[in-house]
Amino acid sequence: MTVKDKVIAIIAEQAVLEPSDVTMDSTLEDLGIDSMGLVESIFAIEEAFDISVPFNANDPSESDFDISSVQAIVDAVEKLVAEQS
Amino acid sequence: MRRVVITGAGTINPLGSNVPKTLESLREGRCGIAELDIRDLDRLAIRIGGQILDYHPEDRWNRQQIALYDRYTQFAMIAAEEALQQSGLAFTGDLAARSGVVLGTAGGGLQTSDENYRTVYEEGKNRVHPFVVPKLMNNAAASHISMAHNLKGPSYTVATACASSNHAMGQAFHMVRAGMSDVMITGGSESMLCFGGLKAWEGLRVMSKDACRPFSANRNGMVQGEGAAIFVFEEYDHAKKRGAEILCEVSGFAMTSDAGDIVMPSKQGAARAISGALADGKIDKSHVGYINAHGTGTAANDKTECAAVADVFGHHADELMISSTKSMHGHLIGGTGAVELLACIMALRDGIIAPTIGYEEPDPECALDVVPNESREANVDVVLSNAFAFGGLNAVLALRKH
Repeated sequence: MTVKDKVIAIIAEQAVLEPSDVTMDSTLEDLGIDSMGLVESIFAIEEAFDISVPFNANDPSESDFDISSVQAIVDAVEKLVAEQS
Repeated sequence: MRRVVITGAGTINPLGSNVPKTLESLREGRCGIAELDIRDLDRLAIRIGGQILDYHPEDRWNRQQIALYDRYTQFAMIAAEEALQQSGLAFTGDLAARSGVVLGTAGGGLQTSDENYRTVYEEGKNRVHPFVVPKLMNNAAASHISMAHNLKGPSYTVATACASSNHAMGQAFHMVRAGMSDVMITGGSESMLCFGGLKAWEGLRVMSKDACRPFSANRNGMVQGEGAAIFVFEEYDHAKKRGAEILCEVSGFAMTSDAGDIVMPSKQGAARAISGALADGKIDKSHVGYINAHGTGTAANDKTECAAVADVFGHHADELMISSTKSMHGHLIGGTGAVELLACIMALRDGIIAPTIGYEEPDPECALDVVPNESREANVDVVLSNAFAFGGLNAVLALRKH
């Protein structure tokens, strides 16, 4: 499974959707994922890839982890995997 | 209606080992938050906290006692002793039979749980100390205070996360006001600064790695602290008859539930608790001079709390002062409202308003007088203490100058 497929699977599970319904330009809001769902997704991503994601729920926009779309999250995870592996 | 006054106060917290030292730190705007000294710190992402340093329980208690007193119980015992000493009360006969302890704590004997989970899970041992259960239980501190001071009336523990202390003190207030008891010992204690306690909080991603800066635009989360504060709540005539020194009056209390979200706060729930406390104490809102804020330093709490205060007080919101002393002692979770009540008493008795330290940038969503960085002299007659817990449970106390 590629990083992209794994991230989509995690987001789909959180959103209670089929992975095929999660498009790359969707935002978490589009998918109905709230702040708690986001924190849970990040935890699942950290566990799946054995990485540490720099994210502070107090100010998601200031964190070094772009969550503006599914594509942005996939890109950020790929970068972290490359850096931390 | 019977009136309730406070005739004793005691504490140990990151700002001081007793009330005078704590008030001095609050006045001076000292920060009790620093790098933590706990086991496995290198495995934590959050490494700061309001920890009680230079603390040696063996100077105070023998081995048998320490085997039964979790750190949170020790803090509660130390604070209770100071409070009862100040009150001058001795509990015998009918007074002892009707007086008790209502204590707030969220984690109870969490240090004991943490240590013993290590023993069985990490070290793989199959045996733990025989007193693990009586040491870790949430009511251990209330029970040990009752035993140490011969309090034979109603005693129990209230656990409502970050509002535990305020709920506990509100219950004690109700009991004395209703005539169930003439004297109740109340407050809160917490000792969650252990690996498991911090690791759990890290998971929520609401903790700051550098400082607690409530209401400041650049705030980035909460910082945990530990400690206890205990008070003697006494019926007014009872206190007056024996010539007790009265620190202030407890005049109102209200509690509400958001019935909304398990972690996100609600403006309406907070506002209903604030206005409820005013109504309970028959307090005109224009008389409120100071609010000790819940002020955790998270994005969610601070803007919701400021909006709630603005809603309740209208124009008067711009005239009152509101500060968060968590900037100095950190968030003591179940013990926090009790330690923060000391800042309320200082405001009423000494006319000194504790500051919100670490305040660097104004936030338009928190546009109130947060007493930034330096304490201020002011004559206030009525103060409020806010506590808004995870789970949407809110508890607000109103105190009046005596």
